[in-house]
Amino acid sequence: MERPEIDLRSASVARIFDYYLGGAHNFAVDRVLADAAAKLMPELPRMMQLHRRFLARAMRYLVEQGVTQFLDLGSGLPTAGGSAELARRLDPSSRVVLVDNDPAVIAHGTHMLDSANTAVVLGDICEPDLVLGHPETRRLLDFDQPVGLLLVGVLDFVGDVALPQVIARYRDAAAPGSHIVLTNFSVEGGLEDYQRTEQLYRDNTTIDFHPRSAAEVTELLAGFDLAEPGVVDISLWRPEAVEDLDEHPERSAAYVAVGRKP
Amino acid sequence: MTGWTRQDIPRARSAVTEPVAAGMEAFAQSWASAIIGTSYVPMTKAEVVEHLRGLTELLVEALLADTFRTSAAHEVGIRLVEAHFTGTETLDRTVQLMGDELLSELGRDGEPHLRSRIAALQGSLSAGYAQSLRERTLDEQEAIREAVLDARDHAEAALRASEARFRAVFAEAAIGMGISDTDGNILEVNQSLQDMLGYPASELRQRNLRSLMHPADAESVWGYYEQLLHGERDHFRVEKRFNRRDGQAVWTHLTISLVRDDDGQPAYQVAMVEDVTDRHLLQNRLRYQALHDPLTTLPNRALFLERLSKAFDGAAGTRIGLCYLDLDGFKVINDSLGHDIGDQLLVAVANRLDESVAGDGRLVARMGGDEFVILIEGSTGTQSIVDIADRVLDSLTAPVRIDGHELSVSASIGLVEREINGTTSADLMRDSDITLYWAKADGKSRWALYDPERNAREVARFTLSATMPAALERDEFYVDYQPLVRLEDSKVLGVEALVRWQHPEFGRLAPDRFIELAEETGLIVPLGRWVLRSACQQARRWMDEFGDATPFVSVNLAVRQSRDPALVNDVKSILEEFALPPHLLQLELTESAIMGTADEPLEALRQLSGMGVRIAIDDFGTGYSNLAYLKHLPVHELKIAGSFMEGMRAADGADPVDSKIVSTLVSLAHALGLTVTAEGVETPSQAERLRKIGCDAGQGWLFARPGPPHQIEVLF
Repeated sequence: MERPEIDLRSASVARIFDYYLGGAHNFAVDRVLADAAAKLMPELPRMMQLHRRFLARAMRYLVEQGVTQFLDLGSGLPTAGGSAELARRLDPSSRVVLVDNDPAVIAHGTHMLDSANTAVVLGDICEPDLVLGHPETRRLLDFDQPVGLLLVGVLDFVGDVALPQVIARYRDAAAPGSHIVLTNFSVEGGLEDYQRTEQLYRDNTTIDFHPRSAAEVTELLAGFDLAEPGVVDISLWRPEAVEDLDEHPERSAAYVAVGRKP
Repeated sequence: MTGWTRQDIPRARSAVTEPVAAGMEAFAQSWASAIIGTSYVPMTKAEVVEHLRGLTELLVEALLADTFRTSAAHEVGIRLVEAHFTGTETLDRTVQLMGDELLSELGRDGEPHLRSRIAALQGSLSAGYAQSLRERTLDEQEAIREAVLDARDHAEAALRASEARFRAVFAEAAIGMGISDTDGNILEVNQSLQDMLGYPASELRQRNLRSLMHPADAESVWGYYEQLLHGERDHFRVEKRFNRRDGQAVWTHLTISLVRDDDGQPAYQVAMVEDVTDRHLLQNRLRYQALHDPLTTLPNRALFLERLSKAFDGAAGTRIGLCYLDLDGFKVINDSLGHDIGDQLLVAVANRLDESVAGDGRLVARMGGDEFVILIEGSTGTQSIVDIADRVLDSLTAPVRIDGHELSVSASIGLVEREINGTTSADLMRDSDITLYWAKADGKSRWALYDPERNAREVARFTLSATMPAALERDEFYVDYQPLVRLEDSKVLGVEALVRWQHPEFGRLAPDRFIELAEETGLIVPLGRWVLRSACQQARRWMDEFGDATPFVSVNLAVRQSRDPALVNDVKSILEEFALPPHLLQLELTESAIMGTADEPLEALRQLSGMGVRIAIDDFGTGYSNLAYLKHLPVHELKIAGSFMEGMRAADGADPVDSKIVSTLVSLAHALGLTVTAEGVETPSQAERLRKIGCDAGQGWLFARPGPPHQIEVLF
């Protein structure tokens, strides 16, 4: 994996995400870009919150299915409502491995997390063999037992790779009963502002934005049995409260799904 | 889930009455509705309500306490932030809701002292919220900054380690390495390169790559370099010589690579230099050994062949000469004086050859054993190569002194000289080898010049001898007969069988074309047996037809045949096969076949003679005849050679010497009881003289030319 640049002057997805969630793990450069994007797409901060809410619902579902170990691929900063915190709340014995390609995320996680049940791994999720073979991954996760593969808020930034094959590699490594939790921004809802947002990201960061259609998302889930209600808008996957709902769920801002490896 | 609700907050239970509890619940619900969504909080709505219920309780207890204190509201502000209610709108709505609804929900609307307490609690809550949010923000800022700096330090440390490793690789590499800018100015060199070239880094850094050009460099080296400079080539690898500072040569494998910048423009040149001097010297030595004769140090066969084939690269019309030389009688020296002397002789000869012919375009090589060859490139004609051959023979005339022996040595040389076009190295080698053989056959200690006609003849001879066995099987041979006529009355006494070869390619061949060959190859024995059998068969036919008038058949017996142990049995079985009386067969042998032989062939002749077979001496008078011995031989007839007839040709003025000789021979033969036949009788006067001399019979064109049986038998 190529070593990412550590540059305080450029924005980071993880920090922008934190900013949208009301955190202070961010810098002026992040906030400027986040504010500009939010101006183009006022629903962005809300979308981020919806992602966290979906993550919480999906992880609770997984724990109910007996999954207590998680591989969070593209975790972002492990702040409030992140997978590590959620897992600890849902089952104190659960174990979580966070994978991110942002060295700052890794450094932050190393400082903040209890290493007994959590680990942070610097890696590119598109290199499954490196991620799966990482000593920390092997230390915490037992691949003979079901694993929760979390791909939340990350595939939006992954393109130009054979993603179905990458996901299949993770699927093949996981024991039957393992689950996948997946989100991906969509353009099918007619969010014309996406293109401008995309442009904004491209102009200001090295971040590429890759929204996907429902069909493409479904293709990524090959080999998994989809939990009800299948591939749906982020606010329609087993909503529990009004605040889980998008103001305009019919616009399908992002597709989500949870699947089980038979 | 109640993870965010502290259970240990002290409660003033006395203040909580039924209506108050209901009011608190209503407020907590309103509060939750007001602030949910103002911040991202990782809680469900129920959890939020539960959390706010606790906080409402704190607020209400403080509000209704006997002794009013605001510290609880401060705590509430802190705990809102702790639950991640970090949005400023949360505080806004909370303060607003406290003012608008708390007292009315509790049913204490009209109490002014409570309203002022509310204001105090609002202030305290805001202060606690602000303080907590500020601390949280500072903490998080601190945390993320630390994380990013950590990550950066980590990356930089990794980079430094990586750079240090690369620097170590460069500095410590056993291979010489150097970096120069795009103009070839040397920027960095490692220790190995300094050691290899013998220059300190400080001196090399002041030089340009071009200054390391060596006069012996192949043109391609600097051609590649130019291409590299222009970015047309990314790297090249050559074998190149450098001069060390001390003047010694270093042979290297040099690889120069172009390093480009991010935009693809040439930025640096990196040279990697491997010292291969030892290998190079070893290769040179091995090559020298592979191409030179260890004894004489002359070029060997391999080098000669290499040079010979290169000589054919010359322009059309270029001439080339070869002297193929072989010492005469070297084997005798080797056998009698030992190999050590033989070897020293070869060394001496090699030196003389080298001295006498050495020069531009001339290569003296030892081909093996006592064979040497001189290659003359760009020769100017036959004379030039003959001159060289003469010089070589000259150089060998003085005896060679070795260990007290004075050895006389001579050589035979085959010479070939011609234009390179139209010939090949293989042709040259073969022709010079053949010519050497001629020089030997012609008497040694001489040169022979290649002669295409002689070669053609020899080739034809070879072809004949090679095809003869098959010809015998295919019945390409046949027999003509020539009568032997009694001079007295012209009666045909006998017929000589003369073998002919109807060659499919060369036509009818007389015996002189192939009998000698057959003698050399040994085929004369089966061929002679075949002629004998054919003649006997023919004689039997004539006997059946002419009875007592049948002449004998006279068959030539070659020297080898006469020494063939199976001769007697062969003759016997053939006579028996055709039931031919032995007196109808005469065998003709040359003087040398009879005279020069040991006892066994003579014994065979005696047996044949004893059987009744006639024995004649052919070509009598041409060899060295031991007349005294003649009387001990089982011979019946002498055939006088045709050469004596020359002098008896003319009717008058005949050579008295020839006549005298013939006369003497006839007298001698008759004295020994032998009959005499003269060969080569061509004129009536010859026949008349012979008859007068008393010669018994004649053979020759006068009587009949050789011919097939039906032409001959009319004379019987």
